[in-house]
Amino acid sequence: MTLEEKKQQVIEDFSLYDEWLDKYEYLIELGKALEPFPEEKKTEDRLIKGCQSRVWLDSEVRDGKLFFTADSDAIITKGIISLLIGVYSGRTPEEIAADDFGFVGEIGLKENLSPTRANGLVSMIETIKKVAENGR
Amino acid sequence: MDMSVSSLRAQFPILSRTVYGKPLVYLDNAASAQRPLMVADCWRKLSLEENANIHRAVHALAGQATDAYEGTRDAVKEFLHASAREEIVFTSGATAAVNLVAFSFGEAYVREGDDIVVSVDGHHSNIVPWQMLCERKKAVLKVLDISENGGLLVSDLEKCISERTKLVAISHISNVLGLVNPVKEIVQICHKKGVPVLVDGAQGIVHESVDVQDLDCDFYVFSGHKLYAATGTGVLYGKKKWLDAIPPYMGGGEMIATVRFSGTTYAPLPEKFEAGTQNFNAVPTLVPAMALVKEMRADAAVLQEQEAILDFFYTKLTEDERITLYGTDRSAKVPLFSFGVKGAHHEDLALILDKMGIALRSGQMCAEPLMDRLGVTGLLRASFAPYNTLEEAEYFIKCLNKAITMLV
Repeated sequence: MTLEEKKQQVIEDFSLYDEWLDKYEYLIELGKALEPFPEEKKTEDRLIKGCQSRVWLDSEVRDGKLFFTADSDAIITKGIISLLIGVYSGRTPEEIAADDFGFVGEIGLKENLSPTRANGLVSMIETIKKVAENGR
Repeated sequence: MDMSVSSLRAQFPILSRTVYGKPLVYLDNAASAQRPLMVADCWRKLSLEENANIHRAVHALAGQATDAYEGTRDAVKEFLHASAREEIVFTSGATAAVNLVAFSFGEAYVREGDDIVVSVDGHHSNIVPWQMLCERKKAVLKVLDISENGGLLVSDLEKCISERTKLVAISHISNVLGLVNPVKEIVQICHKKGVPVLVDGAQGIVHESVDVQDLDCDFYVFSGHKLYAATGTGVLYGKKKWLDAIPPYMGGGEMIATVRFSGTTYAPLPEKFEAGTQNFNAVPTLVPAMALVKEMRADAAVLQEQEAILDFFYTKLTEDERITLYGTDRSAKVPLFSFGVKGAHHEDLALILDKMGIALRSGQMCAEPLMDRLGVTGLLRASFAPYNTLEEAEYFIKCLNKAITMLV
């Protein structure tokens, strides 16, 4: 699936739910489904700054593509980072760095988080972008 | 809901609004209480009909504005039962008042090797200014611990106080634990050792009738916005002997007697501590706010509803095995509850409850040292005001259960 197709799919999945509580349920499911993140990788340098809960992000390059793993001690936040890395994992650094992350706005995620939590989302996006830019 | 509770609610228009299409249930009163009509009307009248800078000018408007401002000082003096109006200093809030004392008292009395005692349940505003003072003066910050049920460990207090202790700074009610600390007893212990006490009354003033002469505390501070008055208002009560003895905090207009390049003399109390243009449109809103507080405290039906909420909530939170309530001393409890839920992050719970129309606080609540002491990264806090209803408390518990089911 191309990056555009994947983003479209996320937008469609999200639009299935009218109520925000249902959207949270969906994010919780995504969070729970995220593959386990090794305890020893929960280090200070992998912490994303600016989130109310703790979020760790790790990345590696395989065959010129970036692969992300992540974890959080809060499950909705974990669902959000899971959604993001589900879209961007396995793409080239160039492709990620060039993306505008506009689909996050389309699903209304940012607008529906309180300012402190929206800042957390922005921090997650910026960290993913920075990893991509450094990996180019 | 009793008639007097519903007529009380009618004075707070925000309580009838909705969020995400659901009725607002406002349980973040410990962060900031809501504003009643009479407070908004007072501010509006002062701003639109009586606005002029206070104290200096001779024109009619300045006179009216000055009367409103100085009349508020008398009303606060009555409200706190202070012995003189000079003992009431207006500040921008409790934080500014603590900073004032930490600076001015520190300049006058604290030297290298002295110590200041704070409490582990303190708000950052009653810890950091003292920490800054200690850094400036190379003094030592000591910490009074809490007991298992969350109350201040008064039995440890004597041990904490040394020959070099210059001041003890405690909270009347912790903004996390919601327990009334035995301030009078603490003051007695400190005074026996000749040590003055500052009381952070940001939460205490909301839940307790305060008589500073009876408590015998040396300083008592609170914020207006937690007491239904306008934001940016606050009070420092200080015994006259201390306020006379300590130097001004900020220099500028109003706080001077004469200014010469060869030297400046300062105005007498309380102007000595009120440099610059004061918040004169907002300070007088304390008058209707305090009047409402007195009214609520005298209303049997309102008190009964509060007691019912306290009983219901305390029981629900303590009997549920998934929930850990912090600050469990029932006899000292006010309707301010901080708790954690096993297996559910406070941020997740707050996010879900927000979508159900409930406003509450999650996180460290400006009390990181206390969070460390309790061994948690954060908590949820539901704090009630007299305009909250038992029905809202019941709705909260129902929503909390649903949120926990979603997460665990």
